[in-house]
Amino acid sequence: MSVEAREAREAREAREARVAVYRRQWSEPIDGPAWLRVLRAESMARFEAHGFPTQKNEDWHFTNPAPILEGAFGAMKPALGTLTAVDIAAFKLSESDWPTLVFVNGRYAPHLSRVDTLPSGVRVMNLASALHEEPTLLEHYLGRIASFEGQAFAFSSLNTALMKDGAFLHVARDTNVETPIQLVYVSDAGAEGGVSYPRNLFVVERNALVSVVEQYVTTDDARYFTDSVTEAVIGDGATLRHYRVQREGRRAFHVGHVETTQGRDSHYVSFSFAAGGLLSRTNVYTRLAGEGCGATLNGLYMIDGDQLCDHQTRIEHVAPNCYSREMYKGVLDGSSHGVFNGKVYVHPEAQKTDGKQTNNTLLLSDRARIDTKPQLEIFADDVKCTHGATVGQIDDRMAFYMKSRGVGAETARQLLTYAFAADVLETIELDELRESLEKGALERFTS
Amino acid sequence: MLKIKDLTATVGDKEILRGITLTVNAGEVHAIMGPNGSGKSTLAQVLAGHPGYAVTGGTVEYEGKDLLDMEPEERAHAGLFLAFQYPVEIPGVSNAYFLRTAYNEIRKARGAEEVDPMDFLDIMTEKLKMVEMDESMLQRSVNAGFSGGEKKRNEILQMAVLEPRLAILDETDSGLDIDALRVVADGVNKLRREDNATIVVTHYQRLLNYIVPDFVHVLAGGRIVKSGGKELAHELEAKGYDWLVEPAGVSA
Repeated sequence: MSVEAREAREAREAREARVAVYRRQWSEPIDGPAWLRVLRAESMARFEAHGFPTQKNEDWHFTNPAPILEGAFGAMKPALGTLTAVDIAAFKLSESDWPTLVFVNGRYAPHLSRVDTLPSGVRVMNLASALHEEPTLLEHYLGRIASFEGQAFAFSSLNTALMKDGAFLHVARDTNVETPIQLVYVSDAGAEGGVSYPRNLFVVERNALVSVVEQYVTTDDARYFTDSVTEAVIGDGATLRHYRVQREGRRAFHVGHVETTQGRDSHYVSFSFAAGGLLSRTNVYTRLAGEGCGATLNGLYMIDGDQLCDHQTRIEHVAPNCYSREMYKGVLDGSSHGVFNGKVYVHPEAQKTDGKQTNNTLLLSDRARIDTKPQLEIFADDVKCTHGATVGQIDDRMAFYMKSRGVGAETARQLLTYAFAADVLETIELDELRESLEKGALERFTS
Repeated sequence: MLKIKDLTATVGDKEILRGITLTVNAGEVHAIMGPNGSGKSTLAQVLAGHPGYAVTGGTVEYEGKDLLDMEPEERAHAGLFLAFQYPVEIPGVSNAYFLRTAYNEIRKARGAEEVDPMDFLDIMTEKLKMVEMDESMLQRSVNAGFSGGEKKRNEILQMAVLEPRLAILDETDSGLDIDALRVVADGVNKLRREDNATIVVTHYQRLLNYIVPDFVHVLAGGRIVKSGGKELAHELEAKGYDWLVEPAGVSA
């Protein structure tokens, strides 16, 4: 056998071994509605056919997913201890009665959750319950919004094949939900060596407005893998404010895919905060399918040590007269590696599109590295789209200005680092979250 | 208070200051005028310690200490203040937080107690009135999105709060309409005391109608080519700078 043939065989075997780890978690679905069984089986088949992406895949060019696959994560075990409300309190943004769903190691934890204070017109429940209570809505939307085709979305296919639970949110038309909805995904020591598949579906009907905070956190330093998918449908004239907070453990892996589809005159406001995980990847995709939509995709990543944090966004302008605004910022220390790939895709019909995208990264160390790739693909001729990326160190002019006012060099550096991050945190409309993240950034960057 | 002697400075390999000698005493207001490119702003920046300029010769003594040996923040601790020609925007840091940090760092350096946010707010409220700024300015990021006039007022607000012994105003009048100019000048005048001094760097005589100087110096080609009283400013207004500026090459 030639060297090439042997290498090809070894590569195939390695690939098959990696797929087999997940295949073992799979069994032919026997319960649940027929459509769901089909969805799962198709997803598993798709995953097996394509396997995991490599860096040859354009969407994974800067991030090598191999460390996740080498982890050979099995089905996640239940919590090792019994988490109490006190353990969870630190992750809650409000002591008040925000509706809250808590999941521990991928399993719904009713004793930590609170859904007894739901305003009228709002339904919040775990996905497993929704299968019984809202079968029609689930059949209509689950797995119909997120992208699955090809190797790039292997983790989404895997989630769809193996998902067990997650959050379901439905907001009836014309309902203005003033209280934010909290979703908290916690991992404890029992998560070690395991993978969970959180799956969320938000359906926001016509002219409704709601804010959702989706958090991924840990109480332990376990090595685990979160593979999550969140789908959202935003009806005509509706607004979804979606805040995603990724604070997984420092040995953990996280791949999260968010995808929404927007009706006419709707608004999607997304903020992705990422500070955790050894390797994390967050996709935020939105499709502006009706006229007059707006999408705001902002984010902040703060990493150090040997962390890798990857954000991929896709804003797809399908209909005319829509706008999109995107600002992602990163603060990279140590030998960390940041990745940002932002696509803005303007269809030929999407005239008068107004798009603006920026990615600014602050490097605090010579060893930190950022790969940034803002992309505009425009097929309409009457649009206004700009994009840009900056990578830099502390601004000398700002530092001198501060020093000239008596602020010492180190304090100036710390304050400017904080300021760089706070600049994008300021865009968060939810006070409790903004203040919490600002406080965290201030503590991290100032002594 | 300030004794500048034969000061020379370069940016890159270009000599901008070519031997400045100037003495400023407590209680005095000095105006430094001159055409564009004469080195006025460079002098202001060098005194504040801007790292982009290299001092190649001469001495600067400030309150008996070697100013050139001090870091920019040490100069501020010692009571020096530069109102920037182009105030820097710092998105993400509120005016209130920035000023309180500066105020407390200066106090700390002088061995005084730090002031808590509530007490500091009282100080700010009083100073805001002086520059006719709204309290909402405190929560906005430093200079971010401010109009030209707002930025200059913000400089004077900082000056009012930090109470410098030697204030250098670098073209604080540029880009200001007459109302803003009056507010800025009023602020400066209210801060004038027997024990502090002000250097006003300006291209135009206009500001000097409001801030009346004791001495006027004309800077050209990196040197002070003429000094006089406030009447010199009027003379410059009438005659321009040409009669004072030597033709290129002759002075070398």
